[in-house]
Amino acid sequence: MSVQVKVPTQLRTLTDGASEVSGTGGDVGSLIKDLDASHPGLGERLLDDSGQLRRFVNVYVNDEDVRFLDGLGTTLPEGAQVSIIPAVAGG
Amino acid sequence: MLKFASHHRRELRIDALFSLPTYVLSIGNEAVTLKHVRGLFCKECGKEYPIAPQHVCEFCFGPLEVGYDYEAIASSISRESIASGPRSMWRYADLLPTPAEGVIDIGAGGTTMRPAPRLAAELGLKKLWIKTDAGNPTHSFKDRVVSVALSVARSFGYEVAACASTGNLANAVAAHAAASGMRSVVFIPSNLETGKVAGTVVFGGDVVPVDGSYDDVNRLCAELSGSRPWAFVNVNVRPYYAEGSKTLAFEVAEKLGWRTPDAMVVPIASGSLFTKMAKGMRELHSVGLTPEPHVQIHGAQAEGCSPVATAFAEGVNEVRPVKPNTIAKSLAIGNPADGYYALGEARSSGGTIESVPEESVAEGMRLLARTEGIFTETAGGVTIAALEQAVRSRAISPDQETVALITGIGLKTIEALGATKTTRTIRPRVEEVDAALGVRGEAV
Repeated sequence: MSVQVKVPTQLRTLTDGASEVSGTGGDVGSLIKDLDASHPGLGERLLDDSGQLRRFVNVYVNDEDVRFLDGLGTTLPEGAQVSIIPAVAGG
Repeated sequence: MLKFASHHRRELRIDALFSLPTYVLSIGNEAVTLKHVRGLFCKECGKEYPIAPQHVCEFCFGPLEVGYDYEAIASSISRESIASGPRSMWRYADLLPTPAEGVIDIGAGGTTMRPAPRLAAELGLKKLWIKTDAGNPTHSFKDRVVSVALSVARSFGYEVAACASTGNLANAVAAHAAASGMRSVVFIPSNLETGKVAGTVVFGGDVVPVDGSYDDVNRLCAELSGSRPWAFVNVNVRPYYAEGSKTLAFEVAEKLGWRTPDAMVVPIASGSLFTKMAKGMRELHSVGLTPEPHVQIHGAQAEGCSPVATAFAEGVNEVRPVKPNTIAKSLAIGNPADGYYALGEARSSGGTIESVPEESVAEGMRLLARTEGIFTETAGGVTIAALEQAVRSRAISPDQETVALITGIGLKTIEALGATKTTRTIRPRVEEVDAALGVRGEAV
């Protein structure tokens, strides 16, 4: 599936400054692999040594946090909007 | 600093900011000096960063923390120097990220802490203190963090203060912005209590209700922070913002004659306040102001949003986000960014993280009001209910000197108490008074 991915400022050095990039994948995990192929280094920024999403990385598929869905196994509908957003504190 | 827009400033209207030219995004690139601050460091991987409006490690996405030169602080700070400082939180400026050109101080801090003997007796505690931040300028502890955040933001050159808020933060940002001549743009969940909305709008600035939960609003602000030249107090200037919470710990220790209590009860939303209480207590010791702290720190969450308490009970380190459904809206953060660290602090201190039933929140508010004459908001109700629960389970023993933090005023959340219970209305006649009181069965 081809999807659009919003990239946070912290990762834009890897996307030539682009705030949004295209990627493909049937689920979030395969999308990250695809993004890492086209933007080398992006994978290790998002995933820890065990291949899981880093603790302070939030990934949303169509406004829903993938931790409420199937995590990296969350399927991506065609045209889905994916957002990568660092965790922020609240108040 | 403050150079970025001197000739562009008139173009920086809010409605013009949605199509930003790139020059405004260079805010924060000017060198800023903060007294005794060495820089920022990542709490996860330790990578160091210069002082800048940045909150996340570029490598691992870990949160950034302010790093100080404690040796320099220890050589300049003393109990006497603090006592001769202002009566606000800025008496502890040596332990805060303090801009050389001054701070935005509208009187946050220096709030009341007093013994609570009647509540202590009801709960079976020997010594209980209530520290209440209802007396802050906008009646919650958020004035402390915002005072720091906007002081630093102004030194970076920001002219617009923004935030995602569950209400109290909105009040504090709008007030501090108004008092310092900054513009404010505040994003709130659309279902907030009326008192919190009114208490923001009154200060001017823009208030934007968002159809979603706090976590949705927070996510929106995280996205906006990458493209707007605004100081989002709990996003891009968060490392500085969060430091303001430490002043609650400092005030507790100073009130106790420069020592720490045996136990504290602290509400948990994002977990930031909780972790900063622990950090503040450690700092006081490291700069020679107090003996080594041995304080158990207990966290308080309401059942309808208790992801940190759940992780604590399960003995795991990962905090699974939840969809909040709690009466305590100021604690309704389902994805608490500092939850992981709050767990660590609770466990290492020997404390607990309590999850209290939703129905106990209003009971906690009433109990504190009835016994001590303190009207707290729902978050305070959660704190009192958690205190009660911790005492009942002996997580807090009767002889432990305990401090409960009351972080906001009850007038903002009167909806939580339901219908107001009075006697029936009487005519202004003496003989009708007894009859009216008799309706409630009270002694006359």
